[in-house]
Amino acid sequence: MTELTAIDLAALSGPSQRVLLRRRVLAHKGLIIGATLLALIVVLALLAPFIAPEDPYAQDLARRLIPPAWYDKGSWVHLFGTDNLGRDYLSRIIYGARISLLIGVSVMAISGVIGTSLGLTAGYYGGRTDMAVTFLIAMRLALPLILFALAVVAVIGGSLPVVVLVLGLLKWDRFAVVTRAATQQVRALEYVAAAECTGASNLRIIFSEILPNISPQLFVVATIEAASAILLEAALSFLGLGVQPPVPSWGLMIAEAKNYMFFSFWLIALPGTALAVLVLAINMVGDGIRDVTAPGGRN
Amino acid sequence: MLAYTLKRIGLAALVAIAVSAVAFLLLRASGDVAVALAGEGASAESVEAIRQAYGLDRPLLAQYFEWMGKTLRGDFGESLYFKTDVLALVADKMPTTAWLALFSLVFALAISLPLGILAALYPNSLVDRLCLALAVLGQALPNFFFALVLIMVFAVGLQLLPVSGSESWENFVLPSGALGYYVAPPFMRLIRAGMIEVLASDYIRTARAKGLSGASIVLKHALRNALVPVVALAAVQLGLLLGGSVVIETVFALDGLGYLAYQSISHLDLPVTQAIVTLLSFIYVGLTLAADLVNAWLDPRIRMG
Repeated sequence: MTELTAIDLAALSGPSQRVLLRRRVLAHKGLIIGATLLALIVVLALLAPFIAPEDPYAQDLARRLIPPAWYDKGSWVHLFGTDNLGRDYLSRIIYGARISLLIGVSVMAISGVIGTSLGLTAGYYGGRTDMAVTFLIAMRLALPLILFALAVVAVIGGSLPVVVLVLGLLKWDRFAVVTRAATQQVRALEYVAAAECTGASNLRIIFSEILPNISPQLFVVATIEAASAILLEAALSFLGLGVQPPVPSWGLMIAEAKNYMFFSFWLIALPGTALAVLVLAINMVGDGIRDVTAPGGRN
Repeated sequence: MLAYTLKRIGLAALVAIAVSAVAFLLLRASGDVAVALAGEGASAESVEAIRQAYGLDRPLLAQYFEWMGKTLRGDFGESLYFKTDVLALVADKMPTTAWLALFSLVFALAISLPLGILAALYPNSLVDRLCLALAVLGQALPNFFFALVLIMVFAVGLQLLPVSGSESWENFVLPSGALGYYVAPPFMRLIRAGMIEVLASDYIRTARAKGLSGASIVLKHALRNALVPVVALAAVQLGLLLGGSVVIETVFALDGLGYLAYQSISHLDLPVTQAIVTLLSFIYVGLTLAADLVNAWLDPRIRMG
């Protein structure tokens, strides 16, 4: 008897939320394309030692500035050619994906923890706590990001961990703004009141009622922040105040190739395109998540 | 309105003071400036001499209050690298960056207004797709890379414009294009979304029912209302532009505030760096304050809170 009721209910309520979500994901072309591209880049980065034809640091001045294979003077030995120090450019581009992805993920994690905690606290407790956090956010937004990051990195000395830390500690504002607004909305809903009635502690309500329900918005912010962190690191490294040579950071590679770009344009075109494709893939995933998780599915 | 204005101005002043303090303290606390200034392999004596000469041996808070006191009297100190008065240096470079910011914003609006409106009028059309593609690409392209591509195409390839420098108006075209395209995507999206929402509203239907022409409805009735949120966005994007000028001015060797900032940062010229960081945060606070007041004036619901 009980079994029958369960089956009846399932038949009445139609496909489950999970099934609906899967259908929306599969129907969203942008999300599928973006996710595939991103997965491809992640695999390239993870398997770089096996995929890259050469050591990205190995110099050979006898073979400097060889053009890519599709140029007249190019050769298939170096698909993307070589740079001004005779390093295999394809290998450097592949290893460069590691730097960008590492920056994106770690900056996103640091700024995500800071911003989400601030936003949750402000949105949940309200009142003076909210005023203090709002003030902090206003202060952070007033600080010119690129300029200040450049200055701090210059004083400390540029390196990968320094860039990650400085960007992570500076870029929490969007997480805080979105989390705060989303928490305020969810806080007013009945299931939070119900949890309060059952005597759940504040922390329990925050972590098991509010956080899971605002996570779609957080995922979207996470993609935006990862993409913007990757572009910022590229800009810092391009200006010589980020990751230091000979690390194959795409931004740094463009800076190193700047003097040769008039005759060897591929030296800036390849890392520049790599950056654009990675950021594009992340943005497509972000836009896709927003579309499929928004109420009603939007599309 | 007066109460709201005063409250908002007071808050903006507090934010500005707090930011200047945080920027000062963080910048000095992030490393030993004297060691960095002395350079690699400097003797302990010369580091100590630098520390005393620039007053870096005193407590941070004391240094801040002295700096703030002087700043309030208009004394930003002397540049360590350029050996001139910081205020004169900054004032000298300010107009170049102001022009660049203005041209970039005009360029951004010049592409996003028509494209955004057309995309809203004809959703899912070719124009709409082009608009979306331009916005998506603008968000993904690193601005310094786009600037280099512009140089390769227009300065090196077609030889229409100079590669770098800041002597004539021609030097501003490519930097404004690069910086303008960098801030344009949010404008395109916001104008498109705003127009679609407004065009579907009741008063537009009324206007149509009255027999007004299509152009009059779109430009006079719809655009005006769709532009309200664009004002607030413009303030934020102008702040982003000023920050982005560091990268773009450096690529084009355009002799403005951004290039000055880059030079002073690379030479650890803290007085100049500090002055520019403070100036840009004050400008941002001022811009957002102005945008808030304009919005409150346009929309009574905001000021009644």
